[in-house]
Amino acid sequence: MLNLKLDPNKSIIALAGNPNTGKSTIFNSLTDLNQHTGNWPGKTVNTAYGDFTHNGKEYLLVDLPGTYSLLSNSEEEEIARDFICFANPHVTVVVTDATCLERNLNLALQVMEITHRVIICVNLMDEAQRKKIKIDCDKLSKLLGVPVVATVAREGKGLDHLKNTIEKLIKGDLNPKPIKVDYGEELERAIEKIRPLLEKIANGLNTRWLALRLLEGDRSLIRSIKENIGYDIQEHELLKDLLEEILEELKGKGLDRNKIRDMIVSSIVRTGEAIYNRVAFIEDDSYREGDRKIDQILASKVYGIPIMILLLGLVFWITIEGANYPSDLLAKGLFYLEDKLSALLNLIGLPKRVHDLLVLGIYRTLAWVISVMLPPMAIFFPLFTILEDLGYLPRIAFNLDHFFKKACAHGKQALTMCMGFGCNAAGVISCRIIDSPREQLIAIITNNFVPCNGRFPTLIVLSSIFLAPSARGNTSYIAAIFVLLAIILGVVITLFVSKLLSKSILKGLPSSFILELPPYRKPQVGRIIVRSIFDRTLFVLARAVMVAAPAGLVIWNMANITIGEYNILTHCAQFLDPFARLIGLDGYILMAFILGLPANEIVIPVLIMAYMSKGSLIELTNLAEIKQLFIDNGWTWLTALCTILFSLNHWPCGTTLLTIRKETLSAKWTWVSFLVPTLTGIILCFIVTQGSRLLGLV
Amino acid sequence: MNKLISLDKLPIGKSAIVKKLHNQGIVRRRLLDLGLIEGTRVRALMRSPAGDPTAYDIRGAVIALRKEETSKILVEQLD
Repeated sequence: MLNLKLDPNKSIIALAGNPNTGKSTIFNSLTDLNQHTGNWPGKTVNTAYGDFTHNGKEYLLVDLPGTYSLLSNSEEEEIARDFICFANPHVTVVVTDATCLERNLNLALQVMEITHRVIICVNLMDEAQRKKIKIDCDKLSKLLGVPVVATVAREGKGLDHLKNTIEKLIKGDLNPKPIKVDYGEELERAIEKIRPLLEKIANGLNTRWLALRLLEGDRSLIRSIKENIGYDIQEHELLKDLLEEILEELKGKGLDRNKIRDMIVSSIVRTGEAIYNRVAFIEDDSYREGDRKIDQILASKVYGIPIMILLLGLVFWITIEGANYPSDLLAKGLFYLEDKLSALLNLIGLPKRVHDLLVLGIYRTLAWVISVMLPPMAIFFPLFTILEDLGYLPRIAFNLDHFFKKACAHGKQALTMCMGFGCNAAGVISCRIIDSPREQLIAIITNNFVPCNGRFPTLIVLSSIFLAPSARGNTSYIAAIFVLLAIILGVVITLFVSKLLSKSILKGLPSSFILELPPYRKPQVGRIIVRSIFDRTLFVLARAVMVAAPAGLVIWNMANITIGEYNILTHCAQFLDPFARLIGLDGYILMAFILGLPANEIVIPVLIMAYMSKGSLIELTNLAEIKQLFIDNGWTWLTALCTILFSLNHWPCGTTLLTIRKETLSAKWTWVSFLVPTLTGIILCFIVTQGSRLLGLV
Repeated sequence: MNKLISLDKLPIGKSAIVKKLHNQGIVRRRLLDLGLIEGTRVRALMRSPAGDPTAYDIRGAVIALRKEETSKILVEQLD
């Protein structure tokens, strides 16, 4: 379970809830800890925790994985169940979605069976109001027998009430008496027969709940009890005999274990349904039609996929168009600073070698990383987060599932690919939302075919200067089309490789696909910009800068230490050159990719540094000059194309590889994840290069 | 009483009452957890561009299911 240092003075509050109920928003608002909130089921896989203080008292808030139930035995459900059972939280807050309360009550009722110290938080009350759903929270509280708090977490409404209620419950001012689900005569009688035996061994667990789990044969719980309490319930002979006797009796009445399970779940669902019907009033059913109409366009047979591609293209176009000017400005500013820094260092009398190392090695690489990378990131991240907040990403999975099924993979892989756009390491982590281990591995291995934000600028810069026509005027849209084509190629390769893996080392049939399409929500643009700039952009940039500084050092030294006739850089490049030429690159480009292993962001900056160290010391402040530098080094459109293809298909960056290692716990699959995209890139570039040469295109 | 059909045959826009779930194992549990028990009213909302999966309204939530799953769910179509 979660390793927490428990401070006896702090009360533990567990946050449970269905996916996509705004649980993470409540968590963030209460703890001020920045944690990413997504708009699709199964996003909060890591258990996050944080502190908050209310009226001078300290609380530890634990954000449990979002689950629909505690009975299905998925990993997330086990984590949530075990925490509520064995960590003895002082209060468990079940966050529910007011617009989908009926379904949410299922989990609430299950939690209330384990512990009576429950608060139901009915969140998204504003959405419910907008959709003309009225929830009578007082009545809900009376019917459930536990406190109910209405909130609009995004606006901070109701959170004080929630904190006060938590405080009151802990103090003992409130004494919840949860209603009991009626499981029908047969099961109720069986429960009462088992309970007396459980009193002694339950160790604080609710005996009614435990009896039910024994009746349905919940093995994972029996295992957890053994792990957490140290008692093996199966070794209790008396209990074993009694249980066998009861199960035999029930079987005689036509109730085998499967039937018992069905009855248990159905009883909970029916109880929830009955309560919901008494507390919810739908004034107007037309609200749903709004979402339906949007869905009918966004997922329609004719427009669904074209709209998806168009939206993505639009995002790229805005990014490219918007990044141009600030990139120029940043470059000019940073090189102006370089002159000043250089003058300053000369003034304090630093030796020339140290000066050059600092200014031409480290500072210049950093300047390149910032000016080339920062603007596209700062624009792309918020735009993409808006799509995410709108609830559009699950629709992508819905639209593409069929193709993934054909490739014997899982439709949710489309979601993990979307995460990969931001960062492949995050994409790999998000693969946990896929339950089938086989399909999860496929998603992990192929995630790198989606270019992450660190590779976008490479694609953007190269398609802007080489593939878009060199004519003056606005060429951003052509560059955007090329980037889009690269992405589509990435998706096609992903499907192809997934199929290939399914037919070779990861044989198997597609598993089941159950995906919730959450309601569309109005994105909070202001918060998105702040969040994506601070959480994502600066984080990724900081990582790039940390890698770029030592890389700058290495490249400068390589360029300035000579062995024999040439410097080390030239030696290495010449060594790689024959192979690199076969796949349309040159030795310097391949070396830049190798040096870029820690972070893809530095590939282009390192390449520029490498070319410039060969002597052509020009002041580079805009894209046209970069193009000239590349052309001087023998680039053609084919070199640019192959560099783009290789950027799209090569080894994952160091962080991603470490993440894959951590997620798969296997060196073998880490190597496979390294080799699959690399080989794909080499083969692809080889075919394109040799093909173009054979056809006489170059 | 209307004749029983499998859920994948339910036309878009039509509602039906779930009569029998023939799904087994973990899929069955997942469906039940979503509130898809016998007697539940479902409505077919839309099909994905390739014709599969299909999205259904189940107790106020929109859930997408593949044909492999829905062909095992028997429903009675409502007019």
